[in-house]
Amino acid sequence: MTSPTHAPVPERTHQDVIFSVHGLSHAYGTHRVLERVDVEINAGEFMCIVGPSGVGKSTLLQCLSGLRKPTTGELVFQGTAIDGPPEGMAVVFQDYSRSLMPWLDVRANVTLPLRSAGVSRTERAERAQAALDEVGLSGFEHHYPWQLSGGMQQRVAIARALAFRPALIVMDEPFASVDAQTRADLEDLTLQVRKHLGITFLLVTHDIDEAVYLSDRVLVLNQKPAVVVDVIDVPLDRDRDQITTKSRPEFAEARSRVYELIRGHQA
Amino acid sequence: MNKHLRLFLTELWLPVLLLVAWWSLSANSTSLYFPALRTISEAFAADWLFDHIGIDLLPSLGRLAVGYLTAVVIGVILGVFLGLNRAAEETVQPLLEFVRATPGIAILPVAMIFLGTGTTMKVVMIAFVAFWPVLLNTIEGVRSVEPVLLDVSASYRLDRTTRLTHVILPAAAPQIFAGARTAIAIGVVVMVVTEMVGTPGGLGYYILSSQRSFDLAEMWAGIIVLGLVGYLINQLFRLFEGYVLRWHHGMVAHAKGGTS
Repeated sequence: MTSPTHAPVPERTHQDVIFSVHGLSHAYGTHRVLERVDVEINAGEFMCIVGPSGVGKSTLLQCLSGLRKPTTGELVFQGTAIDGPPEGMAVVFQDYSRSLMPWLDVRANVTLPLRSAGVSRTERAERAQAALDEVGLSGFEHHYPWQLSGGMQQRVAIARALAFRPALIVMDEPFASVDAQTRADLEDLTLQVRKHLGITFLLVTHDIDEAVYLSDRVLVLNQKPAVVVDVIDVPLDRDRDQITTKSRPEFAEARSRVYELIRGHQA
Repeated sequence: MNKHLRLFLTELWLPVLLLVAWWSLSANSTSLYFPALRTISEAFAADWLFDHIGIDLLPSLGRLAVGYLTAVVIGVILGVFLGLNRAAEETVQPLLEFVRATPGIAILPVAMIFLGTGTTMKVVMIAFVAFWPVLLNTIEGVRSVEPVLLDVSASYRLDRTTRLTHVILPAAAPQIFAGARTAIAIGVVVMVVTEMVGTPGGLGYYILSSQRSFDLAEMWAGIIVLGLVGYLINQLFRLFEGYVLRWHHGMVAHAKGGTS
């Protein structure tokens, strides 16, 4: 794929596959949406799935997160075939205003999954505090979500995912409904969290710049029904910056390739 | 504090004015049916401070409480069940529509045949009429839980109990409370009606029997007691709802405020 001279120094030499998906197809009745999609996600990497609007990204994400049963396909997460939402995976949904419980304050939103998982009260409090610190929301524990701005609400959703201590965080267009500045902040927050905690990320977006900026690899989904048209390595190191990274030639090159793949297949 | 006082005064001036008007206009009343408010208040003081509170009011409220709470508990449990089971809900839907359109009090004669005219009949009637609004609103509330929250619950593997107590019930709570509020209002109505047709005892019986024995000042006193009790029940309900749904009221006020 990418020539060795462009490849970054691998930060993990033995890349374990944390999530492997083979031949995933999905149809709503006779309407085929996804056609034999293969995805392999390595532990510790940041992968984005990018595709034009309406290509079936959300359906794919629902299948990958175990919320929807695909028509066919084999999904193995951390060595176990999945049939429903697996342990060790946390999802951040697009619509922050609807994915948080408005009757629970910030801390209770973050600890709710832990409570159900039987984590002790003291550990719940510790994990919530650590997660809220990580996303920069200390001091807002007792606010209700609806008292916070959109960007802050999405930080709560990210903190909830972090406190769950997942191996993989799946994000569905997580920054699509916030303004540009907040969006850049949240992208950088996500990269920083990933650096601190070494969690694997799978993020779905329709935004090519965002996909390239965040990813180690970008999976491009296109055509009807949707197939994986290519998986592109992004030859950038893991320290990224909204200005310098985006002005590098490697960024521009990866961006153009993704762009061509998305435009080239549009009917 | 000042604000509360002002609100209190704003709300109070009209009732006070009406009382004063009633008092002075009826002062020289010679009508048997509309005695002077002074006479009524004497009857009120004689009967309701505090003899008949124990004899009539507390038994009334006891039956109301038992019937109403039974209705709420069964209504919520059944409503959650039907709200979560679409197939079951669709099966009983036509029946629910029929019952919704039929005033529950219509089965009073039937209840009197099978349950007699005593406490059982009164409590069952209150429970019966209060049950429907709770049930229908609970079904509605449970079915309108935000689908994203159900996805969140599934992906974070919330267990059944947590899902019920921390997601479904709180989400449905505003609607359940709306049903419970309707239910308490018609529960009070049925409490009075059953006491008027049933065995002696209770506020409704007091009002009707006073009328029948031409103790019209007592009849009016009983009506005033009923009004006061209804008002107090409503206020208590509002306090309780305000506490349980404080997040909801806060959210609504916040949205109206237009901030963010």
